[in-house]
Amino acid sequence: MAIGIDLVMVSRVQASLARFGERFLRRVFTDAEIAYATSVPELGAERLAARFAAKEATIKALGLADRGVGWREIEVAREQSGKCRLILHGAARAAADGAGVSELSVSLSHEGDYSAAVVLAVRPEPQHVQETTQA
Amino acid sequence: MTEKIRRILKDHGRLNKDALALEETADLYQAGMTSHASVNVMLALEGEFAIEFPDHMLKRSVFESIEAMRGAIEELTKST
Repeated sequence: MAIGIDLVMVSRVQASLARFGERFLRRVFTDAEIAYATSVPELGAERLAARFAAKEATIKALGLADRGVGWREIEVAREQSGKCRLILHGAARAAADGAGVSELSVSLSHEGDYSAAVVLAVRPEPQHVQETTQA
Repeated sequence: MTEKIRRILKDHGRLNKDALALEETADLYQAGMTSHASVNVMLALEGEFAIEFPDHMLKRSVFESIEAMRGAIEELTKST
């Protein structure tokens, strides 16, 4: 089992949108994420911030920082119930499959200028060298 | 090229150290660059050098120092 957490300032996401616009959006988020986030303009930046946090938390949980994974390969999908789940694509999917990840769970949170995400990955423990030290 | 990278780091890296005086091999994440700041740095580098970082280069190690970024930019400008 492994977890990852990330915290993002909403105002910094707003600043990225103001500075880089569509390039930032299209590089980091999938079409479905953008459609959901921008469906309520006043919540757009905080929804994007939470999704960015979820992508980073996934990278941490799965140890993808040096695997060359695009942000769009980690997608946050929202179910009718409001519950969010992660969908992996491409290199992210391959890395998770390779590590034997059987379940992924994500939780998002907002408070004022902050958005946070925690990701839990269920996977077999890496093989450790048997401990031979005696008490 | 190094000076342009330093200026972009100063504008977008949100470092807790002076980007203009930093060692080229200094770890930028240790200097306070967050993952979100690294996206801004990447987008600014793409604009400055007219390049695009492919997904397989979106690695922590590519953006962890001025030296590493310069190497990546040189690789990308060579291939275009």
